[in-house]
Amino acid sequence: MTAVLVDDLVVRFGEIEAVAGVSFAVNAGEVFGLLGPNGAGKTTTIRVLTTLLRPTRGRALVAGHDVGREGLAVRQLIGYVPQAISIDGALTASENLEFYGRVTGVPKKERRERIDQAVEAMDLGSFLDRLGRTLSGGMLRRLEIATALLNRPQVLFLDEPTVGLDPTARHMVWERLEVLREEAGTTLLVTTHQMDEAERQCQRVAIMDFGTLVGQGSPDELCEQFDVPSLDDVFTVATGHAIGEGGNLRDARASRRLSRRLG
Amino acid sequence: MLEQAAGFPAGSADTARGVVAYFARLRDGAAAMGWAEIRKLRHDNVDIFTRSVQPLLWLFIFGTALRKNRALSGGFHDYRAYLAPGVMAQAALFIAIFFGLAVIWERDVGQLQRLLATPLPRLAIVLGKATGAAIRALAQAAVLFAVLAATGIAIRWNALDILGALVLLVLGTAGFACLSMILASLVRTRERFMGIGQLVMMPLFFASSALYPLSIMPGWLRIVARVNPLTYEVHGMRQLLIGISTGGTLWLDFLVGAFFLTAMATIAAKAYPRAIL
Repeated sequence: MTAVLVDDLVVRFGEIEAVAGVSFAVNAGEVFGLLGPNGAGKTTTIRVLTTLLRPTRGRALVAGHDVGREGLAVRQLIGYVPQAISIDGALTASENLEFYGRVTGVPKKERRERIDQAVEAMDLGSFLDRLGRTLSGGMLRRLEIATALLNRPQVLFLDEPTVGLDPTARHMVWERLEVLREEAGTTLLVTTHQMDEAERQCQRVAIMDFGTLVGQGSPDELCEQFDVPSLDDVFTVATGHAIGEGGNLRDARASRRLSRRLG
Repeated sequence: MLEQAAGFPAGSADTARGVVAYFARLRDGAAAMGWAEIRKLRHDNVDIFTRSVQPLLWLFIFGTALRKNRALSGGFHDYRAYLAPGVMAQAALFIAIFFGLAVIWERDVGQLQRLLATPLPRLAIVLGKATGAAIRALAQAAVLFAVLAATGIAIRWNALDILGALVLLVLGTAGFACLSMILASLVRTRERFMGIGQLVMMPLFFASSALYPLSIMPGWLRIVARVNPLTYEVHGMRQLLIGISTGGTLWLDFLVGAFFLTAMATIAAKAYPRAIL
C-alpha cells in the first residue's frame, strides 16, 4: 500500500523553481529517505506534503488524500517534526506534550494515556518536569518526536531529525524511530543530507539536487546501479559534485542557529 | 467559506457537522494556546512586573506633573485618574504590537510550521495567539489596578464596570495582536519588525484619546483619532472606570472593538501562513 505519492511535483517561488517535476512513492510502514544538500528542495517537498505550501503543478497524496484539496484530512493523519526545534522552551516537557495533544485534536479522555505511551516510546520519563530551554539536543528531538506521535500519525515527516546532534544522541533518536516503525507500523519520511545515516537507516531513498530527483531505490540498488561503494559516491557520480556544496547564507545561518540551540 | 476553511465537503448534514466541528476546533485551539500562555506566565511572571514599569511612569510622572491641568483631563478633577485607562490600554497595546516579534521568532525556530501542520484552523492559531496577548494584558491590568487601589487614585470600584473595561481591553489587545501578526507576515526579520512596530504603535498611541481628549486636537488629528480603534477602547474604559464621556457612546466602543478584532483576525488568518515563506 502507498502511504505517500508524489507525481510530477513542481514548486516555484517567482523565478526560482525549488522543486522541478519530482515523482516518488513511499510504501506504508517503510523508512524512506529524501536525500540531498541544503537547497536541494527536500524541505520544500516536505512542506508540500504537510500542506504548508501549495504545489505550483503536479499531484501529492498522503494516506490517500490530496494535499491541495484535502488539507485538513492530511493534517489529521500526519505528524511533522520540522528541521528547526519547535519545542516551546518556556514550557516544561510535560506541558509541551499536553499542548500538542490539545492542538492535534487528541480527545481529552485519551490524552493522558497517549502522552504516557509517547513518553515511554521516546524514553522521556526522566525530564518531564524540566523547561524545554534546559533540555539537551537529543532530549529535545525525542520530545519533539513524542509530541508528533500523540495523534497516532499514519505518516511521520521528519525534516533533518538528527542535524546538530552528537553521535550518541543521533543513535538514540534512530533507535527510537526504528522501534516506533516496528511496533506501530508508522511510515517515516525523513530528509537528511547525511548519506551514511540514510544508508544505515532507510529502506529506500530518493536523492535530490537542485530541485530534481537524480536517483531512487534502496541504498544497495543505487550503489549497484552507479557501481560505487556508498550513497555519498552515488550522489557525486549522479550530480557531478560533492554533497557539501549546496545551500545559501540563510541555510547556513539557520543551521548554525539550530546547532547553537541544540548545544 | 467555512466549509472550505474546515475542509469539509458540501452537503447539508455534512456541512452542519463540518461547521460544528470547525467551531469546536476553533474553541479548543484558542483555549490550548491561552492555557500555554498562562503556564508560561506561571513559570516566568517577572515579565509582567517589568512591563508594568512604563505605564506606572506615565501615570506617576507624566500624570502627576499635569495633575491639575483641567484641559488635558477634559474637565475631570484628577488627571491621573483620567490617564489611568489610557495607560492601561497603552501598556496592552505595547504587548499586542510586539506579539508579532514572537511570530517571527516562532517561524525561525519551527514552532509556526508545526502549528500550521496540525488540524487547527488558521483562524484558531491567530485567535489563540491573540488570546495569549490578551491574557498578558489582563495580568498587567491586574497589577495596575492594584497600584491604583494602593495609591488611592479614584476610579469607580464597581465590579460590572471593571468587567466591562476589561472586556474592552481584551477586544482591543486581541485586535492589535492580530494586526501585529499581519505585519509579521510581511517582514522577514525581527530587526525590521522592531522598526515597523514602533512606526505603527506611536501614531496609534498619540493619535488617540489615551493621553488627552479629542476636543483639544486640531481638526485633522481628530479625524485620525476617530478612525483609531484605540480611541474607542480608551473612551469606553474611561467611561466605565471614571464615569466621564467625551462624546460617543459605550455601545459604539464595544461594537468598534468587536468589529476591529473580527476584521484583523480574518485578515491575519489569511496572512499568517505567509510568514513561513
